Amino acid sequence: MGLEELNHNFFTGTLEGVVKWARASSSWGANFGLACCAIEMMGAGAANYDLARFGMEVFRASPRQADLMIVAGRLSQKMAPVLRQVYDQMMEPKWVISMGVCASTGGMFNNYALVQGVDQVVPVDVYTPGCPPGPETLIHSILTLHEQIRRGEITRRRTLTGAGAGIHVEEIRSVQPSSPAVTHAVER
Amino acid sequence: MSEAGATEPTEPNEPAVAEGQAPLYGCPVTDLFGQRTVHTDRARYFALMEGLHKDGFEACIGVSGVDYLTHPGRDLPTGVGAERFEVVVELLSFSRKERLRVRCQVPAGDPVVPSLFDLWPGSEAHERETFDMFGVRFSDHPDLTRILMPEDWEGHPLRKDYAPAHVAVQFKEAPK
Amino acid sequence: MSRSTGTSGHEGALDDLLKAKTSEGAQEMASRENTTRRELRSEFGGVLRLPEGVSLDADDINYEAPDDETMILNLGPSHPSTHGVLRVMVEIRGEQVLRTKPVIGYLHTGMEKTGEELMYQQGSTNVTRMDYLSPFFNEVAYCLSVEKLAGIEVPERAGWIRMLMCELNRISSHLLWLATNGADLGALNMLVYGWRDRELLLSFFEKVSGLRMNHNYIRPGGVAADLPDGWRDDVAAICDTVMRRMDEYDNLLTGQPLLQNRMSGVGALDASTAVGLGLTGPLLRSTGVAYDVRRDYPYLYYDDVRFDVIVGTLGDCWDRFAIRFNEIRESVRIIRQVAKAMPNGDYRAQDKKVTPPPRNRINESMEALIHHFKLFTEGFRVAPGDAYVPVESPRGELGCYIVSDGTSRPYRLHVRAPSFANLQALAPMARGAFIPDVIACISSIDPVLGDVDR
Repeated sequence: MGLEELNHNFFTGTLEGVVKWARASSSWGANFGLACCAIEMMGAGAANYDLARFGMEVFRASPRQADLMIVAGRLSQKMAPVLRQVYDQMMEPKWVISMGVCASTGGMFNNYALVQGVDQVVPVDVYTPGCPPGPETLIHSILTLHEQIRRGEITRRRTLTGAGAGIHVEEIRSVQPSSPAVTHAVER
Repeated sequence: MSEAGATEPTEPNEPAVAEGQAPLYGCPVTDLFGQRTVHTDRARYFALMEGLHKDGFEACIGVSGVDYLTHPGRDLPTGVGAERFEVVVELLSFSRKERLRVRCQVPAGDPVVPSLFDLWPGSEAHERETFDMFGVRFSDHPDLTRILMPEDWEGHPLRKDYAPAHVAVQFKEAPK
Repeated sequence: MSRSTGTSGHEGALDDLLKAKTSEGAQEMASRENTTRRELRSEFGGVLRLPEGVSLDADDINYEAPDDETMILNLGPSHPSTHGVLRVMVEIRGEQVLRTKPVIGYLHTGMEKTGEELMYQQGSTNVTRMDYLSPFFNEVAYCLSVEKLAGIEVPERAGWIRMLMCELNRISSHLLWLATNGADLGALNMLVYGWRDRELLLSFFEKVSGLRMNHNYIRPGGVAADLPDGWRDDVAAICDTVMRRMDEYDNLLTGQPLLQNRMSGVGALDASTAVGLGLTGPLLRSTGVAYDVRRDYPYLYYDDVRFDVIVGTLGDCWDRFAIRFNEIRESVRIIRQVAKAMPNGDYRAQDKKVTPPPRNRINESMEALIHHFKLFTEGFRVAPGDAYVPVESPRGELGCYIVSDGTSRPYRLHVRAPSFANLQALAPMARGAFIPDVIACISSIDPVLGDVDR
């Protein structure tokens, strides 16, 4: 990954910090929206939730120009080689967020048609739960990833697992089960 | 198909093969909750469809299949022998404001049925899907290839004897 | 294809995958010499019919390979035109498109197989994810078929709530269509505006059902929960805002000469081709055939509300733009009528064999406990038979063909997906157009790949 081959010492410390900060602050996503999660991903990029304020200004159609691949949606058997091809075309350093339960584990569809988790095909750094995860959960996972990049944690985790960093985040729901609307209906 | 807990079936809804349901082109017609269905076998299938097309069923809404392997005892009108597969066609007439369903029995040993492409070109994709999922072939179909599964997939997923879930992940050209 | 150098120890297992090719063999478009004449007919929509009802002989169609060399170009499946994982192969001569062949299946999820494993009351969770832009419609189509087979009487209020949610969903789906259509044609503003307006609707959906998308709200027997307090104010605010914004978008888009040039005359279809291909929804209505399931085969309480069915004339992209645009306004009209007419009553059938008891009753009544247990372990059994009830989704006629064998799980669950049939329109629409017009045509068909592939 470039930085890791450096001879780490006092002089390169600040440089490394700057590089890590730059990488985290300007990761651009590769277009890999597959299904329902893609709609929430676009919602996260739109005006109300706005990913641009986190540096993810655009989603690049060309994987060569992207750093971060958010696999948003269910990966079918037919699509698996395509995913691998797109991942391979991305330049280092690259990260993968598996968005949603279908991408993380196959979700509710444990059948012949889906790959049971994209980590069978690409190394995943952050797993995002939800079906679909709302924009807040997605932003939480993106910020988690950014934090890991900034601190250098991600390289340490990757060497540990031998694949992606494999961080699990919690889902953020703005409607809590105890909100009046839902309990009122249940008590009827 | 695991049926943990589901007990014996309930009584069937009785389709009415009765007065007012004259056969169409020699094929019996039933009515279940206002849904008219024509039952046929392969021999009469294409003639029936040609007749219906001429009668004003301008649109073929869909063609799909059903595999009755584990439910052989379904109710069919007399004169129609139950086979393993059924091809179900939904027809729609704008001029007559009518809908009609056609159910054709297809034997397992020789699952070939004439294609409806010449009558309704829109049936092309639906017939490809039925072929892909059930293995029912449509003769004279312009392009009978798989449509939903990868080209080198083995088996027809919606058949009842195809393993339902928890299968090992199968990648293209990966060692099995 | 560059090899990944990042992670060590991982490549051994993936070596075979790295060599994996993405070729789909016979499903792809072959060169003209290797394609049968019958298949080449799809270039022209399959069968040409003259308006008088006389059909053209297949041999009269000109299949001649042009003297220039043609090239087969592959678009997708990973493509920025945000319609999902659709792969389109086009044969072009210079910039002009001759043949188009969509290759689908990249989102095939085996939902019909999963549907056979889930109980009837769980089925909504499955079908709702098919057409993920209009989840309520999938749920309604499924529930209407189940209710028909099981003979469940849905209370009036539940039916009106379903109508309300469906029409709101139609608005959100068409707003998304306006957004992505704008993005495809270069009107990137619409992308942001469309999503801004969807947020209004999605937060209402979250308030009512608990989820922004894929709600599992409409279940056999009624709906999962009653509308929350203050819903009339929310709905009125949504209607007023959407109508105001539609006027702004009308100002922004309709008079725009660029947009008119991009859409007018592009992707024209005639009524006979559309009917022969089994198209429904805005695609069919743009050619002049006034078929709307809400009008012709009314379900829920659509015959108690007044609305117009919007029909085009030329069958081009402009007509479809106008139809969808105005369908938003019609939906607002319906919603206002529904809000006024909403009756009081139960929001789900009181049939104990079908509807789970309220949670607090389980502590008090043995019978409620037993019913709850039976429903969630075994499910409710449905008498054998088959049923298909169509609904009008934003994309066309959507219906769920369910075959039941008397147990508590569907024997066969087949969804007649409107986008699956509508995608066949791409070949005749794109013939003779330029490549950017192909994008405009795909966008105008409004396919949702979850619906196409299921």
